[in-house]
Amino acid sequence: MDQILANIGLLFEFPIVNLKIILDGIMVGALFALAAYGLALVWGVMNVKNLAQGDLVICGGYVSWWLVQHGFPALLGVPVAFVVMWGIGWVVYKLVISRVIERDLFTSLLATFGLAIMIAQILNLLFGSDTQSVDLGYPTLHFADGLIDLPIAKLIGVLMAAVLATGVIIFMKSSRMGQAIRATAQDARAARVMGIDTEKVYAFTFSLNSAICGAAGAIIVMVWVIQPFYGIAYSIRAFVIVTAAGLGNLPGVIAAGLGIGAAEQYGAHIFGIGYQQAIAVLLLLLVLLFRLIQQRRNRQVLK
Amino acid sequence: MTAIIDIRRVSKSFGGVVANKDVSMKVKAGTITGLIGPNGSGKTTLFNSIVGYHPIDEGSIQFEGEEISSFPVQQIARRGLLRTFQQTRIYGAMNGVENMLISLPHRKMSIWDALKTYTKEDYERADHLLEFVGLYEKRMLKSGDLSFGQQKLLEFAMALMNEPTCLLLDEPTAGINPTLINGLIDRLRRANTEFGITLFVIEHNMRVIMNMAETIYCLAHGEMLAEGTPDEIQNDQRVIDAYLGAH
Amino acid sequence: MTKNKTVLYSLILAFTFVAPFAFPDFGTQLATLWLMIIVALTWDMTGGQMGYNSLGNIFFYGTGMYVASLICIGLVYDVGDYTNAAGGGIYKFTDAQYFGGLFLGVLGAGLFCSLTAVIIGYLTFGLRGPYFAIGTLGVAIAAGELVSNWDWVGGGQGIALPVYPGDLDTGKIFFYFLFAAVGVGVFVFVKWLYGTRFGAAINAIRDDEEKADAMGIHTLRYKLYTWAMAAFFVGMAGGISAFQLIHFEPLESAYQTINLGIFMVVCVLLGGKGTLWGPVIGAILFHVIKEVTWNYFLGWQWVALGALIVVTVVYFQDGVMGWLMHKHPHLFGIKVEEKTAGETE
Repeated sequence: MDQILANIGLLFEFPIVNLKIILDGIMVGALFALAAYGLALVWGVMNVKNLAQGDLVICGGYVSWWLVQHGFPALLGVPVAFVVMWGIGWVVYKLVISRVIERDLFTSLLATFGLAIMIAQILNLLFGSDTQSVDLGYPTLHFADGLIDLPIAKLIGVLMAAVLATGVIIFMKSSRMGQAIRATAQDARAARVMGIDTEKVYAFTFSLNSAICGAAGAIIVMVWVIQPFYGIAYSIRAFVIVTAAGLGNLPGVIAAGLGIGAAEQYGAHIFGIGYQQAIAVLLLLLVLLFRLIQQRRNRQVLK
Repeated sequence: MTAIIDIRRVSKSFGGVVANKDVSMKVKAGTITGLIGPNGSGKTTLFNSIVGYHPIDEGSIQFEGEEISSFPVQQIARRGLLRTFQQTRIYGAMNGVENMLISLPHRKMSIWDALKTYTKEDYERADHLLEFVGLYEKRMLKSGDLSFGQQKLLEFAMALMNEPTCLLLDEPTAGINPTLINGLIDRLRRANTEFGITLFVIEHNMRVIMNMAETIYCLAHGEMLAEGTPDEIQNDQRVIDAYLGAH
Repeated sequence: MTKNKTVLYSLILAFTFVAPFAFPDFGTQLATLWLMIIVALTWDMTGGQMGYNSLGNIFFYGTGMYVASLICIGLVYDVGDYTNAAGGGIYKFTDAQYFGGLFLGVLGAGLFCSLTAVIIGYLTFGLRGPYFAIGTLGVAIAAGELVSNWDWVGGGQGIALPVYPGDLDTGKIFFYFLFAAVGVGVFVFVKWLYGTRFGAAINAIRDDEEKADAMGIHTLRYKLYTWAMAAFFVGMAGGISAFQLIHFEPLESAYQTINLGIFMVVCVLLGGKGTLWGPVIGAILFHVIKEVTWNYFLGWQWVALGALIVVTVVYFQDGVMGWLMHKHPHLFGIKVEEKTAGETE
């Protein structure tokens, strides 16, 4: 308890520490937002709540890490992970997801949970349970007498995430497939009647989501660490963001993602690093409760 | 005669769309009252407001003298005010008899009663009501497999099983084979006269509602347009215009 | 009950009594089988019967473990000192203290878990479908994480309980009968419950909760009661497990969301959701398959498990009982009408 109070006191004594925490939080939050965007995409188009989202992210990270172990330049890992995970996503769609789309929601949830277990365990068997990361070897910027340090690698990571996100958004707005996806999300039956091949749209959407996760994972392995069992935490964070922001609310997803990143960093600072996982989950419960109370006012429930 | 439902200046909007504006009406106890109006006039919204499906923005709704506008659906149902659904809702996985049994009034059951099995009297009452609506032969079939018209009858029987004081019926004859409508009207009337249940009915079928109701209210564009006896309403120019679409 | 059924149940009961003596090498596996039956049957109470698929029932298992342990230890020693010693130091329990602590602990665990079910349920039963599943999963994960940071209950190291005072084989039989007693208790209880009006009400909630609300059924009350009863049995099972395992950790043993936590769901799906025997058959099937194939998979067991979940969910959703009911509906009293051509109504 004393430690907690001391930690809080530190925030007031040295206000600049707040900036550091927020900056750290925003940088990691940007990647949460990416994963959440993909989750919302799949959710909105196929009504599948993908509990394996975080594991796809970690998988992408390992793809990049493995390449680097074999001499690839690290930055190239991101586009390669994008492509590789696209393929893996396509396979997963054909084998599993396509068969659970039309079923009830618990089915898709449980199926993706099973997938999450499979992916995490396969990664564990292939790469071991140590945490891994890729050191870009870039310098770190220091501000405020060394109280704030900004690794250039992290900055690059955020930039890449922003570029990817922009690319996806432009694609969704202007390409034919992007329009087909949005039409299918609104009303699949109507889309089919208009001649859209919804099966192709679903496969494309899931593969795109998997690719986005892969790229995010490749960025994460450069700027933080990955481990086979970190996946569920990322899945939970993505869920928190989508639940808080709602589907189709892109600015909300970004804001929520950055917000969660900051909240987690604050929590880690105040309560200690061992609580980091707990905070992510507690945020989930808080957001659910909050939305419940919101719905109660209209005598509705959270479906 | 007393008003069993007293609706005063009720307004309800969804986002920017005004569904009901300043609507007032009284449903007299023991009667059959009709609610008509062209599509989109706010009839089902009004029903949903009465049974507590959503809160209202303004106004008051009283049932048997008690203000119910702040109550949730279960509480209002437990006071004896029930409704049937336009799309007909029944427990599709259960058979007819089970649907009836589960509709026994829970407000009359304590937790100890709930832990008992269904009694012979329960079964007899279910059979009696199924007979009343003409579904006795099909009572052991999975209710999800029944035809739409049969499901509507089952929903009606379930409502009767719950011993309501007042029943809101949302388009009870919609989708029913025309040759069977007379039978349904007859049963509705008997529910009113024999069981003493007040009926408040939304209807599009003019023949049906003009023959059944004592008082009719007409809504248009979310507001009250006219009220009166069937004769008065049928000859009211405003009602005729509303239906023929003087937009 | 018909004569045939009475004979069948008596045979099963007799087998239950004889099994640990007839197969002494499988004492622990048989006990675990009963544990699976318990968690499967209780999961189905809120899941298959009531329509609320929880992914967090393991919360009650873990909490039961801790509560039972704390009661047993706390009756004799200071808990903080005991957990600080973490197995070292001399903390002895007399036979009376062991058994007394065990029984009181297990009972207390059940009651405490019922209480938490009511509290958590009050907060979470406004969630439907996937939100309820994720929310309950979140509760279980959060509990595991928070407890592993709580030093008073042993933190990440968990708790080490006293060993069974007696020889190992008698101990195995003792725990077998504890689990079997709870298991038989759950089965008899739900068999009775599902035939009452209460059982019909929770089925109505599953089939169409809004309709149930509109017909005046006290839906929240039924949901809370059902979950509280399920939690009672799971809590007791957790308590018994604590003493059987002797040493347990918060994330791996107690709040094991990806092991027992998901096993219970797979068992019910395999056997048939929403039926009386489904969870039992599923638990037996799953346990046997797992025990037989575990060693063959050489490190890939967990991958195989994940694959089993996916395959079961995608292809065998109705389970054994569902398949049987589809093939031979008359065996279950379900009437299917022959559709004749030209029927208009």
